[in-house]
This record gives sequence, C-alpha cells and structure tokens, in this order.
Amino acid sequence: MPRSRMSRSASLALALWAGAASGQGLPEPLTDVPGDPAAGREVVVTRERGLCILCHAGPFPEVPFTGDLAPDLTGVGARLTVPELRQRMVDSRVVNPATIMPPYHATDGLARVGERWQGTTILTAQEVEDVVAYLATLTEDGT
Amino acid sequence: MRAALALLLLAPPAAAQDDRRTGYDDMTPELQAMQDDPVGNPGLFWVLDGEAMYSAAPDTGAESCAGCHGDGETAMSGVAARYPAWDEALDRPVDLAGRIDLCRVRHQGLPPLERESDALLSLTAYVTNQSRGLPIAPDPDPRLDGWREQGEDLFTTRMGQLNLSCAQCHDDLAGGHLAAALIPQGHPTGYPLYRLEWETMGSLDRRFGNCMFGVRAEPFGAGSAEYVALELYLKARAAGLAIEAPAIRP
Ligand code: HEC
Ligand code: HEC
Repeated sequence: MPRSRMSRSASLALALWAGAASGQGLPEPLTDVPGDPAAGREVVVTRERGLCILCHAGPFPEVPFTGDLAPDLTGVGARLTVPELRQRMVDSRVVNPATIMPPYHATDGLARVGERWQGTTILTAQEVEDVVAYLATLTEDGT
Repeated sequence: MRAALALLLLAPPAAAQDDRRTGYDDMTPELQAMQDDPVGNPGLFWVLDGEAMYSAAPDTGAESCAGCHGDGETAMSGVAARYPAWDEALDRPVDLAGRIDLCRVRHQGLPPLERESDALLSLTAYVTNQSRGLPIAPDPDPRLDGWREQGEDLFTTRMGQLNLSCAQCHDDLAGGHLAAALIPQGHPTGYPLYRLEWETMGSLDRRFGNCMFGVRAEPFGAGSAEYVALELYLKARAAGLAIEAPAIRP
C-alpha cells in the first residue's frame, strides 16, 4: 500500500524553507510575454480550466454557482502585490503548508498523480501569468 | 484519531450528540421520497434481479445461494452491516461483492462476475437490502484493525494533482460547497446506490474512483486491497448509522 509520509514531510520541509522567503513572493515573471488579463479572466471563470470557482466566489456574475470554501477574490488585487499573487498561484503551500488550494505550477511533493496528468502542471506558465495579471486588476472592493 | 476510531467501534456515539449526517439527510424531500418509495426507487430493479439470482440454481449442478444459506431475508439479514470481513483462505479482508464472487467460484463452480456488472451489483444490492435500517456494526475481528488504520492513512493522505485528501473534503469541509455541490460527510450507508448522474446503479468503489479522479489521482482498482481498507475505515467511522441501500443520490 502506498505511503506518502516521506513526500508529505519532504514537501513540508520545502515549504518551511521557502516560507522564509515568501514575504517577497515571486517577483520574477514565469515567461517573457506579459500576462493578458482578459485571457486570465477566461481561465478563472472556465471551471474545467482554472477550477478556481469550485472554491472561490468573485466579481464574475456570469458564473451561476461558485464554491464557498475560500476567500472571495473581489478586491484581491488591492490586498496582495503581483509577486504575492504569483506565489499563491504557483504554489500556495509555500504561504500556508495546510492550504487546500492546489499548486498550479509545481509538481513536487505530490502523491499518486493520475497517469494522464503526470509531469504536467494544472496551468502553464503563461496561463499563470495571465491569471496573475487578471487578479491584479481586481482592485475594487466590490461594495 | 486512532483513539477516536477505537472508541467509535466500542460505543457508537449516542444519537443525541451525534452530528454525523448521511447523504440522505442532505437530499431534497423529493429525492428522499424517491428513495423511500417501496416501488418507485429505481434501485429496486437491481434488488429484484438479485433476488431471482439468489434463488436460481446454476447450470453447473451446484446449489443456488439459497440452497446453501436458506431464505435470503433471514440468512442475509445483518451481513452487509458488518462487512468487509476476513477471508481465511485469502488471508485478507474482502468486501461484500468480493465475498459473493468467492462463493460463486468456490461453491458454485461459476466464474467470478465482473465488478460493476449489473449481475454483481444486483446480487450485492439484494444482500445489502436485507440489512436496510440496521445499524452499521463493524466486525470486531482484531485482524481487521491494521486494515482500518491503513484505510485511515489513505483517507488522510493528500493525493493527485490537486493535492487533496479525502479527509480535507469529508471531515474538514463537509457542509461547504464545491461549486454547486454540497460536500457530504461521505458515509457509506447507501451502496450500492442509484445515482441520477450515472443513470444507473453503482458501487462504493465506483464512488471512490470518482472522488480520486476528481482530484486527478490514479484510482485504485475495484475490489483492491486499498478500497477494502478505505471501506473498513469508513464503516467504522459510520458505525451505528443505518444501512439505507439501495439509496438514491443526485
Ligand atoms: C480547492 C480550493 C481552491 C481552489 C481550486 C483555488 N483556491 Fe485560491 N485559495 C483557496 C483557499 C482556501 C485560500 C485561502 C488561503 C489558504 O488557505 O491558503 C485561497 C487563497 C487564494 C488567494 C489569496 C486570497 C486572499 O485574499 O489572500 C488568491 C489570489 C487565490 N486563492 C486565487 C485562486 C485562483 C485564481 C484559482 C484558480 C486558478 C484558485 N485560487 C483556486 C482555495 C482554493
Ligand atoms: C475535493 C473534494 C473531495 C475529495 C478530495 C473527496 N471527495 Fe468524496 N465527495 C465529494 C463530493 C462533492 C461528493 C458528493 C457527490 C458529488 O457531488 O459528486 C462526494 C461523495 C463521496 C461519497 C458518497 C457519500 C454518499 O452519501 O453517498 C463517499 C463515500 C466519498 N465521497 C468518499 C471519498 C473518499 C474515500 C475520498 C478519497 C479517496 C474522497 N471522497 C475524496 C468531494 C470530495
């Protein structure tokens, strides 16, 4: 029977190590092409692509059902800097080892990933940049 | 958690202080009525087929299920409420569908039925239906303890590309919404059950596979040691809750 104790503690150690640097987030973009907020919004509101709306509500009235497991994304661009947003998209475990938010652009410390997803990340580097660019535009408090 | 599990097995919490909810408790009154309907519950088609199979003598010349066990309504009462159980020959526990297949092979000279086949779902649904309303009462055989612990380990281990454990959803986030879907506590009281989304009957293993696929993990096989361990843990976690198979789920 598979045990992932090893990988769990390994990823925890990694998270603690990286946590020390997480104050700054990830200042370096993942790609040379600047993120496109419109493309990023498409990823966020398309359930099968971003999965975001499974957990998060936000300023997207066209989405009929959003989950209630995570903070509302309204105004998140005012609460967090671009490097902080990028860090949470790439790997939220660095900020909160107990997070339920999936790591969108990291493959370490994962157990029993299905065959068709092995070696892939949930979002590509460019998609992460697009989503970050979109989130950065969410500066209205929504009230 | 281990201590809590042992406690659960010894003394299911009194109903008054029990905050466990089944999928039935969370359904609309319409779906509850469909499940409770003694003729309209679609799962009963499988139960009826299973009843016929239970008493039909195989053409191998061997006894029918009823020939060995006697009348299903008495002989099979309570069996599903205590499964999975230990199999001496295999030296490991088996689930109810596994037991039925072993009986076919060992005592009826028949080939095993395929997992998720209508025939195996029918026999399992018929046998489980004889425990309807009875409290889940896990087998106290101490050889099962280690298996339950392995089941608990699996339940609490993050897996898949989305890196979520069963426990994160069904212990920590139960009652919350994953998009529109209410996250249930995940009690195995209703299986095999008729799921409207599947448009058919399905086993607990099929449900496990759906949840694992949902987090983009590689599912274990139906009837695998891992699924039997998970079921053993979930049955201990649900000890005292009533069997409601064949249930309906949206
Ligand atoms: C399975 C649940 C889940 C999914 C899917 C998910 N998140 Fe999250 N997210 C969370 C939770 C929970 C938090 C709160 C912080 C924590 O616990 O790590 C969070 C935090 C955040 C934050 C910081 C919010 C703040 O106010 O500090 C941002 C930004 C974010 N998520 C964006 C996204 C985007 C964009 C997606 C999809 C591409 C996404 N999330 C998918 C669960 C999720
Ligand atoms: C991301 C959240 C999530 C994870 C992780 C998850 N499940 Fe589920 N589970 C659900 C939801 C939501 C349902 C309700 C059915 C649906 O909407 O598809 C469900 C249904 C179930 C049910 C059926 C309960 C009933 O009333 O019939 C069982 C049993 C179950 N899950 C067990 C598990 C096991 C075992 C694991 C780990 C291998 C697991 N789940 C992982 C979300 C999850």
